[in-house]
Amino acid sequence: MEKTKKKGSGFSYLIDNIKHHKMLYLMALPVIVYYFVFHFLPMFGLIISFERYVPSKGYFGSEWVGFDNFTRFFKDIYFGRLLKNTFQINLLDLIIGFPAPIIFALLLNEIGNIKFKKITQTITYMPYFISLVVICGLISTFTKESGPISYIISAITGNPPQNLLASPGAFQPLYVITNIWQGFGWGSIIYFASLSNVDPELYEAAAIDGAGRFRRMLSVTLPAIAPTIVIMLILRIGNMMSLGYEKIILLYSPITYSTADVISSYVYRVGLVQMDYSYGSAVGMFNSLINLVLIVAANWVSRKVNETSLW
Amino acid sequence: MIVKKTPAQKAFDVINHLFMLFLIFLTVYPLLYVLFASISDPKLLMGHTGFLWKPLGTPTLEGYKMTLNNPNVLVGYRNTLFYVIFGTLINLSMTSLGAYCVTRKRFAIKTPMLIMVTITMFFSGGLIPTFTLIKSLGLYNTVWAILLPGAISSWNLIIMKTFFQGLPDALEESAMIDGANDWHVFTRIILPLSKPVIAVMVLYYGVAHWNSWFQAMIYLRDRSMFPLQLFLREVLMLNGNASGQTPTVDMMVTQSYYKELLQYCVVLVATVPILCVYPFLQKYFVKGVMVGAIKG
Repeated sequence: MEKTKKKGSGFSYLIDNIKHHKMLYLMALPVIVYYFVFHFLPMFGLIISFERYVPSKGYFGSEWVGFDNFTRFFKDIYFGRLLKNTFQINLLDLIIGFPAPIIFALLLNEIGNIKFKKITQTITYMPYFISLVVICGLISTFTKESGPISYIISAITGNPPQNLLASPGAFQPLYVITNIWQGFGWGSIIYFASLSNVDPELYEAAAIDGAGRFRRMLSVTLPAIAPTIVIMLILRIGNMMSLGYEKIILLYSPITYSTADVISSYVYRVGLVQMDYSYGSAVGMFNSLINLVLIVAANWVSRKVNETSLW
Repeated sequence: MIVKKTPAQKAFDVINHLFMLFLIFLTVYPLLYVLFASISDPKLLMGHTGFLWKPLGTPTLEGYKMTLNNPNVLVGYRNTLFYVIFGTLINLSMTSLGAYCVTRKRFAIKTPMLIMVTITMFFSGGLIPTFTLIKSLGLYNTVWAILLPGAISSWNLIIMKTFFQGLPDALEESAMIDGANDWHVFTRIILPLSKPVIAVMVLYYGVAHWNSWFQAMIYLRDRSMFPLQLFLREVLMLNGNASGQTPTVDMMVTQSYYKELLQYCVVLVATVPILCVYPFLQKYFVKGVMVGAIKG
């Protein structure tokens, strides 16, 4: 059924291929146009990072300033703070937030009662379906002076309850803990999927060899889901720089900028609130580049160490 | 295989069960709190501190009446339904077209196209260049700014591609011999066989549209196009007026009084529909996560 034969040059082969499968190319057209317009034009639009962009003058008419916007960012009084907050929040989220669904999946896997297991799963998926705006609304009502979370904190520390969202020291823990609350159930699905693929004979063999429950968890279950863990870790590191800015923008306020403002929320503020397009774009590009370096590095390390990688 | 449990293992079982019950409590309590607060006596609610284990005072549905009469909530709901339905239709058609093309062996540019898709998963122009593009295309403050820029999620395209790759070639080949073109193959053979993955896509995209607020905040100016989430943000985060009416002096008094109550009612009105639906759709989500995990 393959009518086209590979002919000499690639180009004439392509023309031939288009002629034979016009409909296929017609169907691909909207997709290619979409990617070109909404993904590749913005990449090209990064050119404004090197300009003093004025919308009325366009991408080509605006004044070229080279790396000025970037040097301005490196000298920005907030540069150190932004870098520190970005890495601190992401690292906290990674160290505490990443293992949470894995531990949950391992523990729930030890529960013998299938019905209880299913119910627990269904209930813990729930927060994932609550919209971010509502989650942040809940956080803000629960952490004001009269809210239950402030109440617990005040009971523990003995200080009078205070509005936690207005205290810079509380922002990062709040951000990370509420992330875990929303994501641990949903995040565990993928680990359950790989747990169900573990060969039961392995457990029996380990049990016959005298391995206890905990021992089996460590030497049978964990290695079995290790490849999944590695892939999820790479993906997570790859998303690090862009994750969570919507939540930060909803929750922060000038009082908490000192601990809450990250590079991507700063991009939003200088770029869209203050409408300094070129500067915002340069800061955003810096963010994307760090992101790219992180994912390539994570992938490289895992290929060396583990022989598991994305590409 | 029945193995006798040692006392240590029994203790572990008990603690593990208790821990799971604790997690269930942690997950459910915030919503119970909101439920209790939303039917509490607004006067008592204003002065209340700490936990709630039952509604304060005589339960009242006053807050819900006011919420359902709030024009912003109604407009928001209508717009959100529009974005969810039309947005998901666009997502679905574009994503399945893309996945179909990159899985056809006869398609000479399938590899370049796949590379194009993959690049966007790791690098993007970012917020500002996308924003200036939307402005210069004239999409600013139109519903297209909400519907078009996210028409395809490359991750979802890969999930669909993985599914299409698993479909048998034989049907398609015999149809082609009978003179069917790609459009026929796509609409009459591939799509009908793809109901499970289509269900996953509808759910992924649908929930994303339902929850989305950021695009609407940056691209829309007219309140008549605002989705529900944007009105929710005003009520919950910006301390906006929760009744949606222009306040008179008389109303200002009742308003400060009802404000907290209305916040809780709005949360439930906006959340309960999706919470009623998700347990039934759960299996599709789970399937999607698994297909995505196997990865193309």
